Amino acid sequence: MGVSDLIEKADILAQLQRDILPLQGYKPLPTGNRMNISLGPVNSSFPNSSFPLGAIHEFQSQSNEEAAASTGFVAGLLSHLMRDGGACFWISRTRRIFPPALKTFGIEPERIIFVHSDRANDLLWVMEEGLKCRGLSAVVGEIPELSFTASRRLQLAVEQSRVTGFMIRQHHRQLKPIASVCRWRISPLPTELEEGMPGVGFPRWNVELEKVRNGKTGKWQMEWAEGQFNIIHPSHQATIVALKTKVG
Amino acid sequence: MAKRYVAIWFPSLKTDWISIRNPSLQQKAFVLATPDHGRMMITAANVEARKQGIDKGMVLADARAILPSLEYFDDNPQKFLRILESIANWCIRFTPIAAVEGSEGVILDATGCAHLWGGEEAYVDAIANRFKKFGYHIRLCMADTIGTAWALTHFGQNKLIVASGEESGALMDLSPAALRIENDVLERLYKLGLRKISNLVGMPRKALRRRFGTAFLRQLDYALGVEHESIIPIIPPEPFQERLPCLEPILTLTGIEIALQQLLEALCLRLQQSGKGLRLARFSAYRVDGKIEKIEIGTNRASNQSAHLFKLFELKLGNIEPDLGIELFQIDATKVEDVQATQEKIWSETSGLDNDDLMELIDRLSNKIGGDHFQRFLPDEHYWPERSFKPSDSFQEKTASAWRADRPRPVHLLHTPEPIQVMAPIPDYPPMLFRYRNKLHKIKKADGPERIEREWWIEEGPHRDYYQVEDEDGQRYWLFRSGHYSAEKKYQWYIHGFFA
Repeated sequence: MGVSDLIEKADILAQLQRDILPLQGYKPLPTGNRMNISLGPVNSSFPNSSFPLGAIHEFQSQSNEEAAASTGFVAGLLSHLMRDGGACFWISRTRRIFPPALKTFGIEPERIIFVHSDRANDLLWVMEEGLKCRGLSAVVGEIPELSFTASRRLQLAVEQSRVTGFMIRQHHRQLKPIASVCRWRISPLPTELEEGMPGVGFPRWNVELEKVRNGKTGKWQMEWAEGQFNIIHPSHQATIVALKTKVG
Repeated sequence: MAKRYVAIWFPSLKTDWISIRNPSLQQKAFVLATPDHGRMMITAANVEARKQGIDKGMVLADARAILPSLEYFDDNPQKFLRILESIANWCIRFTPIAAVEGSEGVILDATGCAHLWGGEEAYVDAIANRFKKFGYHIRLCMADTIGTAWALTHFGQNKLIVASGEESGALMDLSPAALRIENDVLERLYKLGLRKISNLVGMPRKALRRRFGTAFLRQLDYALGVEHESIIPIIPPEPFQERLPCLEPILTLTGIEIALQQLLEALCLRLQQSGKGLRLARFSAYRVDGKIEKIEIGTNRASNQSAHLFKLFELKLGNIEPDLGIELFQIDATKVEDVQATQEKIWSETSGLDNDDLMELIDRLSNKIGGDHFQRFLPDEHYWPERSFKPSDSFQEKTASAWRADRPRPVHLLHTPEPIQVMAPIPDYPPMLFRYRNKLHKIKKADGPERIEREWWIEEGPHRDYYQVEDEDGQRYWLFRSGHYSAEKKYQWYIHGFFA
């Protein structure tokens, strides 16, 4: 078997993989889509090397601190999705979000519509209807407990509408699995400032991609600074940026 | 379709009203009087008083000379005008358009109403009987024009109904006073020997106008139906209302849906033609047994899209109980606003809060689970964290001031700050460690203090010194000390939020 044969085989395999992806619910982004989220090396973990939009992303957290970190990470992603003036639903039992803080993640807080209800079924229904609505840029749900069937319905809704859904689930116990394209775990990391500077730096997280459909899982250290995500290489020192303001 | 009007005249409204309230007065003679040039002039007298020769226009002292036992009450024209208005309001049951005429009359626009009572005779009888039962003396007449109906109530010989197109015949024998004209014009007519309307009708209009003025001619035209006379309804009719009577009572959901669809299409067409959209609408179903089933919807933005409005109503249609059947459907746009004309974009879909899909979605969701579950926040000009944002009441409201992003703020804020135990050895320094929910956090990095004063014009209390702290695991918190650091006085540390 010659080298050319091998190359040909690899080409065929790659072509087949590309053909399979749409069948599994991954639609290639329309060309010129401005909402592509750049996460640097993280993107290589995703199928097609692009952040899966029109999918459900699950964020699991076990403590309030992790939930806050997940919120910050989601807010960073949202700022990309809402860049063209879109609106977003934020669905939860009660409001924990402090709207002014979202501004520091590059979001106009007035474009977020908060939905609160004590009835879990209402929340799920609003989430599903929101995910079906093409007029929304994204839907964030803080719904800790939902059945696998319910989550499957959400996934089917986004495959039609191409709206991106984020599910932030906080519980001290192990959570039941739900249907999602990606499962993340975000936990806070100690911040670092320029050498010798006292004080708290830019928000920094341990970003763990625990599950990704048709992709590779991975673990990174990331920082949100100056309106974008930066990868922190463990050997590297803190990102050197002129510190005027810090964000929460 | 010819208009039909009913004129009701209360010849003794004031005395009737008093007799109804004081039945003991019914057999006694009494009058109402008002001061006039230093005397008490009688303005109304009841039947018993009139029998004794006492009538309005007499001086009270003269009347008491005739009948010493005469009772009298003060007249209050304003009060009786209000009473007349409430009578007109009560008449809404006979027609949606009722108006007050002068100080003793009510005009009903009965166009298309009589068939509901089974014909004009039954309609007029129903009105007459109701008033008779109350104890009011009335004269009423139904005719094509207000002028004719009024003339026949005041001057006619108990003719209740003037058939359509027979106004002139009915009027011919009446005095010109029946035309509601001014006294001096009437005197001139009498002087010329024109004592009947029939004398006038044949005369050239030019001559009439020259001698008696245009106002007189207009009254004549009103009475004969040459010119249309309008009335000011006591309750303005709902401008955006559609009705759908059914031949047979409707019992099924499908039937109700068809009715709703038809009504909405008719209403939306009218709304679109006038560039309006509805914010609130009511769908009423009149049941055979007399009950009215109602459902209401609201939208967040004025809408005249029947498909969208139908979806909103559809969610609530289950609340309508047809029972024995529904004979009439009615839809009212109770709150109407101008529609914001939006520029249609060809290339890109509009996103954001102006998006039609989104607004229709929110309408649908909020009609199901309640609009107060949907909130949007705008910045408010306060430093105090809890007051630094406010809920917005509409989805179109724009921010008046900018969001502040120059200070670190936590993504999660606790609704009420929770007390923590801290160790802070140096005044005005962040604590070294703190205990929150039985967990000890060793602080590695900290920023602060950021002092936020309580706004004294809103509430009083100690200020807060905020610190952003990070513990050894990298978890970031927002802590504050309430009040000054002091060795003698008690002060408390709180946790108020979690940073991302």
